[in-house]
This record gives sequence, structure tokens and C-alpha cells, in this order.
Amino acid sequence: MRIEALAGPWLGRLSLSALPTDSPVAMGAALVAVLGVLGVAGYITGKGKWRYLWREWFTSVDHKRIGIMYVVLALVMLARAVIEALVMRLQQADAVNRSGFISAEHFGQLFSTHGSIMIFFMAMPFLTGVINYVMPLQIGARDVSFPVLNSISLMLTAAGAALVMISLVLAPFSTGGWSGYAPFTELRFSPGVGVDYWIWAVTLSSIGSTLTGINFAVTIYKKRAPGMHLFRMPLFCWTALCTSILMIFAMPALTVATALLALDRYLGMHFFTSGGGGNMMVYANLFWLFGHPEVYIVVLPSFGVFSELFSTFSAKKLYGYTSLVLATMTIAVLSFTVWLHHFFTMGQSANINAAFGIATMLIGIPTGVKVYDWILTMFRGRVRFTTPLLWGLAFLVTFVIGGLSGILLAIPPVDFLVHNTTFLVAHFHNMLIPGTLFGMIAAYQFWFPKAFGFRLEERWGRVAFGCWVIGFYLAFMPLYVLGLEGMPRRSAEVFDEAFRPWLLVAAGGAVLIVLGMAALAMQLAMSIRHRDRNRVRAGDPWDGRSLEWSTSSPPPEYNFAKLPAVQGRDAFWTMKRSGRAYPPLERYAPIMLPENSAIGPLLGALGLATAFGLVWRIGWMAGLGTAGVLVAVIGWSFVRRPGRTVDERQVERTETRWHAVLVAAVPVSREHECDPRNRGLADVAA
Amino acid sequence: MQHTATEGHAKRSASRVGLAAMPARAAIFAVAAGPVAAAERQLLVQAAVLMLFVVVPVIVLTPWVAWRFRRRNRRSAYRPGWDFSRVLEVLIWGVPALLVAFLAVRVWTQSRALDPYRAIDAGQASAAAPLDVQVVGLDWKWLFIYPDQHIATLNTLVLPVGRAVHLHLTSDTVMESLLVPRLAGQIYAMPGMITQLWLRADRPGDFVGENTQYNGSGFAQQKFVVHAVDAGDFNRWIGKVRADGDVLDARRYRELARRGVPAAPERFGQVDADLFGRIVAKYHASAQVRASTMASRATGRTNDAH
Repeated sequence: MRIEALAGPWLGRLSLSALPTDSPVAMGAALVAVLGVLGVAGYITGKGKWRYLWREWFTSVDHKRIGIMYVVLALVMLARAVIEALVMRLQQADAVNRSGFISAEHFGQLFSTHGSIMIFFMAMPFLTGVINYVMPLQIGARDVSFPVLNSISLMLTAAGAALVMISLVLAPFSTGGWSGYAPFTELRFSPGVGVDYWIWAVTLSSIGSTLTGINFAVTIYKKRAPGMHLFRMPLFCWTALCTSILMIFAMPALTVATALLALDRYLGMHFFTSGGGGNMMVYANLFWLFGHPEVYIVVLPSFGVFSELFSTFSAKKLYGYTSLVLATMTIAVLSFTVWLHHFFTMGQSANINAAFGIATMLIGIPTGVKVYDWILTMFRGRVRFTTPLLWGLAFLVTFVIGGLSGILLAIPPVDFLVHNTTFLVAHFHNMLIPGTLFGMIAAYQFWFPKAFGFRLEERWGRVAFGCWVIGFYLAFMPLYVLGLEGMPRRSAEVFDEAFRPWLLVAAGGAVLIVLGMAALAMQLAMSIRHRDRNRVRAGDPWDGRSLEWSTSSPPPEYNFAKLPAVQGRDAFWTMKRSGRAYPPLERYAPIMLPENSAIGPLLGALGLATAFGLVWRIGWMAGLGTAGVLVAVIGWSFVRRPGRTVDERQVERTETRWHAVLVAAVPVSREHECDPRNRGLADVAA
Repeated sequence: MQHTATEGHAKRSASRVGLAAMPARAAIFAVAAGPVAAAERQLLVQAAVLMLFVVVPVIVLTPWVAWRFRRRNRRSAYRPGWDFSRVLEVLIWGVPALLVAFLAVRVWTQSRALDPYRAIDAGQASAAAPLDVQVVGLDWKWLFIYPDQHIATLNTLVLPVGRAVHLHLTSDTVMESLLVPRLAGQIYAMPGMITQLWLRADRPGDFVGENTQYNGSGFAQQKFVVHAVDAGDFNRWIGKVRADGDVLDARRYRELARRGVPAAPERFGQVDADLFGRIVAKYHASAQVRASTMASRATGRTNDAH
């Protein structure tokens, strides 16, 4: 007690009582988090790798390294959020007519962290990482337009994720869900620090994502290789562009919503309070003005990934390229016109509801077109059932079921019945798991050999695929049934015996999904162990179609010794067929690259300190953090950074080494795509 | 009422929800017990069937095309450069567009027909005058005030079969949402505002009602039972509540409004006449402001004052 009293003025509201000692489950989770961090830190110290990590990774501004760090962050957060999902499924299966093994309060925190993590710290970093890695290579660029800003975005997102992880130990987190609806999240109803954790974690991530959106859009507009017209870009770049535009316009709405909520909570203002002139409906509008485009932010990049997959693994041009571009653009624009369908039940007039319902259905048209375009891409192709393609096939079949329930929810009178029930939960998981997650996992399997120079093991990949897909159907189809019966979402307890069998099946599905996660981890471990068997250093394991496959695997830090000259769509595929894929060695020019910078990690750390100080009302920490951010940003703008030159000899050495690999590699037919004969050189004669 | 095998668990669950008995929702997708829920469900099924015209082909074609054009099947055609067909293009844009056009018309007409604010039975000479009920969402319970009968109930809603019911909802805490799946879809209840919902029970029975908008740790227990009874029983019930119910005055209301899950449903035979109005007005700065906001909001729907 005395320590706490002394610490009081210095530690704000923080005290030992923040440890989640009241719940064994929460305590266990906190322990796992602490041990995990200590274990990783200990391992790095033991190996003496801190300096390497700092120099080569944390301060790196190379889009490829930043992309990989984003994906690592996403996978770590995915693991936590999937386990939370399992705990919630087990709780509901257990808590039929009794209180179950976790408290209602803890359950509230679980669905809030699960949702917030999955959207802001899993989906967003995952797609940002994949775009970061792939897009500059696909458009034939050496980096993004603003490499340092890229690092800052990453570190701000990481700071937000760190804040959510800290809340596991210094509890509690918000119980307001991922959408944080006011006035429940106002001080009067949620007086603890939980909502503040949520506000600042989401704010950090939303600022990071806005900056990312600007960075990607400018890169696509300005850094394309000679001849890479917009309508020659791989479809993945188009989806990256649309997603970036959506980020630029949608994320600020969220930043404003959380900022106003913070003003209410910290300074006693009344934007969304009940009474005092506040209006909670404004929060719902602001949040979904961000929230609906957000759905397309996380889903469009996957559409791009699938476009690449179906074309590559069918060895055929993408069907309806122009159609797909138009459909993507249409979806992006329409996504700003439908936010109200998230609250048809708020009492506005029938005409308003009908207008937004119809606008929502309009999105179904371009989405349906896309689905048929992908099927037609396989039509008259030569389809190879590699692991990435399997995710694509499962996506098509599963996604349309979510589309069906989406159309139902778009009909206001139907929505009245199933809104806020598990039907809604089933629907959006039915869109986001195939639509976002399957796409991202497929992207990870597809481009992993590009990033690391060896393929992932197929067998464990198939096991993971089986677990995820079957687990998905078992976990979510029952929720449709329960929702039609009127079971409210976010229920810590259930009072209907008839629900039990469905909840048990759903829990079984969640177990399978966790096994799917384990299988993915196993696949990675086994692939690293047997990496020599699966090396594809020549760079083109899948007989790829776009420019990223024209480099070595992993690509040199400058990506392209000479910027490629593009003459049409499927640039690399055409080059291979016309014998221009691997230009002979020649004299190279020196290449300018941006220098590493510590400003990203510094701003991330200062942002985290500010946020933590604000959460626990530790004035000095928040003040110093904010001042630090200002000083760092202004100070950094005075530093002249001429960049770093990779001289011509170094380029020549790297290129010569790769040519030796190319010469040594035997061109492999698609027959042997997934066996050790595949060294990354495609046989194009067949 | 179906007092069968579900009786046992209903008793057990009662202690956790504080209800006399929770009716089981036994049958999956249980049939509607009133015209509003019936129409909403019918629309759901119609739209789902219609959507199958787009969805089933995808579920069938995806595995079939992938397998038919597998690499090893050398008998199938291979056209690596084929990427466009005008006919197919018209079909894949046209068919979804037609479906959506058809559904759009349905959405427009049905959104208006099933507007929760739209009086049901209006214009039917034979219909009895609608029953007004004022609903107050609290943490974690529902208060129902029958303004014309001057009674109130907590966590029980008794309705006469066959008579239109006009609910006026508000909340004295955060946002809540009232749903009785077998009678009608939901509508939000928000502090300082009044929303409306019309419904009618066409058969006697006990139906689950609930809050679907998360509002804290007692959320899952915020359930109530709707008893639909015939007109005679309804009137007798009113008389009984008037005779032996408690008094609901300002003091008692303050107790009710405190956070918590009530141990059992309650009945009040005497209710302050303008209790509902005062609960709504609480959230408006002064009487003057209240009058002006009420006036301006009479045109806007969400808040139209009763």
C-alpha cells in the first residue's frame, strides 16, 4: 500500500491493482504475454542480435523489410485474437443456463480486443505488409515514394499493438467492442481506463494507416517503371491503389471520432454524451463513415491477391481485366455511400433506410462480376492445385455465402430481425475470413519464396488449409441459425437449452481453427528446417506473370539493377516467352537508396509513451511524449540526408552472383513445381 | 404454452435471469406469432431464394471448372490468351444487375410497408384502438408503462392477442435495442429520444424479448417474457395489477434505474402519469430548450415526442 501511495503522483492511476489477479484466465494470458516477451528478448540477447535487428530491421526504410515486419506483427496479433475467439466460443458453449468459466466483464474485454485486434492490428498490418512488399516490385520501382514515412507508419501501428498487449498485463481493456459505441464508452458508463486503451491504440493505428494510404497512392502514381501504364499494372496494384485512396479518405473519420470521444472523456466535453447537448447518433455516423469503407480497405487487397493467383496457377491471362478494374473502382466509390446500413434500427425514415439498403445491394453487382471473372480465368486454363490456389477456391465458394447473407442484411425489414444477433456475427466473419484472411494467408504462401528464397512446405500448408476451411464452416454456420433464432451477439451467457448443440459445434470449429494456426506455425518451422530442399533463388517458382518474379529471391535491396521496360500486361510472362526475361550482364550505374533512419522507432516509442501516459493519467509521461514527438519531427526535418549510394561494382557483384544461380538452375516444368527440382527457373517451352 | 421438457431448464435459468419462466425457443427458426415478424421473415426467405440464382452457380462452377481444366487433363482446351467475351460480359454484369434491380424495388416498397413507425391495422374499421405502451431501457432490465391503464411492469410485457400495440421507446442509460424475435424486428432505445415500434401478437403464447445492444456486464441477462393473452384475460390482468401492484413513484423509479439485474419481474398498480415524459426530458437542458427541441424534432422521426 505504501509503495502505491508513494508512486501515486508519479504513476497517475496506475497501481498494482491493475494486474488482473481476479481472474485465473486473464492472469494466465498476462503471464503468457510477459513470458513471451521475456523469452524473445532473452533469445535475441543470447544470440547477440540486438545490434543486427536495430541496424538491419528496426531502422530500415527498405519497403521489403518493412513489409515483412508488418506481416510478422499481423501474425503475432492473429495468434492472440484467434485464441481469444476460442475462449469466447468455449465460454458460450459452457455458459448455457449458468455463468460459465469467465466473468461477463472479462467476456466483454475479450470481444473488444478480439475485434479491435483483428481489424486494426491483424488485417490492416497484414495487407499493408503485403502491399509494401509486393507493390513496388510489381510496378518496377526501387522503393515507395516516402520510405521514412513508411517506417513511421509501421512503428505507429506497432505502438498501437503494443498498447493492446500491455492492457493484457495492466488491465482492463474496454468492453465497448471494436466499434466503441457512445454513450456506453463515455466516462459515466465506462469510468475505467479500458476505453482509453482502446481510443489511443486505435488512434495510433489510424494515423499510421492514413500515412500509409498517402504513401502507397503516391508511389503508384509516381514510381511506375517506364511503360508501366496504369492499365498495364497487375490487378493487385489496382486494388492497392483503391485501398490506399479509401485509407486516405476513411481513416481520418475514425481519428476524429476517437479524438472527440477522448475530449468527452478527458475534458468533460459533450460530443456524444447522453444529455449536456451531446448526440450519440453522431458517433455511430462518424464511426461507420470510416467503418464501412474499412471493410473494403481490408477486402480489396485480397481481391488483388486472388486475381494474381487464379491467373498464375491457371497459366492464363486474367479474364476481364478492365471489368475487374472498373468493378474495384466502383466498389471503392460505393463504399462511402452505405454506412447507414449499420444502424437501420436507429429510427430514421423508411425512405432513408431504403436508399441506403439499395446502395448496399449495388455493391453486390461489381462483387458478383469479380467472382465470375475469377472463375472464367480458370476456364480453359491449366489449373495447378498448389496451396495458394486452394485458399482461392475456398474463398470463392465461401465468400458468396457471405454475400448472400449480406444482401439479406441490406434489406432493412430483414435487418430489423437479425441485426445485433449472431447472424450478423456469422455474416461479417463469412466475408472477412475468406475475403481478407484467406487472401492474406494465400498471399503469404504465394510470395514467401520471393521474400526468403525458399518455398513453404506444401503438406503442412494443406493441413492448415483443411483445418481453417472446415473450422470456419463449423464455427460460423451455426451462428446463422442461432441469429435467426434471435440470439444476441456479445452474450456472455445463454438461456436457451436448444442453443447448446449449435454452440458446441461452433466451439469445435474454433478448436479446428486454432489447430489451423498451429499447422501454419508448423509449416513455417518445417520449411525453415528443410529450406535447402526448397530453395528457389533463381526467383520464379510459380512461372509468375508480373515483374516481382523477374528478380532473384530474395530480391537485392535495390530491386532492379536496371529499371525494366514494360510493354504490356503480364510483363514478365511476355518477357519469358520472348526470351527477354533475363537480360545479360552489362555495365551498371550506381544506385541511390534512402538511408536507414531511427526516426520511425523513435516516434513509435514516443507515441507509445504518450498513449500510455494518457491512459493512466500519468501527466509527465504524456507531456514528455508529446513534446518529444514535436521536437523529433521538427528536428528531423532539418537533417540533410543525401541518401546512400550502392556503387556499380557492388551492383555488378550482386548481379553476377544471381546470374551464376540462373545458369546453374535447370528450367523446371509445372509438373515439378512443388518438388525439390524447382529452383525458381520456369521452363517456358512447354 | 409448452410446459414440456423445457420446464426444468426454464426453472433453472429463471434464477439467473430473474424471470418466473423463460419460454424455450425450441424449434429452430420458430414461426412468427404476429404479422410484422411474419412479413419480415417472408421477405428474408424470398430474398435468400432469389440470391441462390447467383450463389449456387458459383458453388457448383468453382470446383467443376477448376477440376475440368486441371493441368493434367490434357483433353480440355487451353487458351492462355483468352481474356474477354462480350456475351459473358453482358451476362455477368447483367444478371446480378437485374437481380439487384428486382430486389431494389422490393426494398423500397417493403421498407415503407414494414416501417416500424407505421401504424398497423390503420384504416380497419373493425380493429380495436391500438394499445400504447411506453418502454424504458434500463441497466439491465426493461420497464413497461401502460399510460392509459396507469400501470407498469418490469421485465414482463402482457399483450392482448389480435390488438395492435404501439411501443414508444426510450432509454435511461446507454443505447439499447428491443427485440422480440417472434413478434417483430428490433428498434433502438436511446436516452432523451423516443423511437417507435408497432407489433401485434396473433396467437396466445409466451415469447422471449431481449436487449441486443451490448450495455455492460448484465447484458446477457436483460431478457423478458412477452405474454400474449386474449382480451378478457388481458383486462382481468389489468384489474389485478391495479389492485395488488406496488406504487411506482419517483423514489421507487430511482431504485429501479440503478444498475443491476432484478431478481424477479415486478408489477406496479399506480404510476406517476408523466414518468415517461420526465425520463425523456431529463436529458434536455431546460424546459424551454426541451420545448424547442421537441418542436423541431416533431418533424424529425427519431425523436418525435409523444
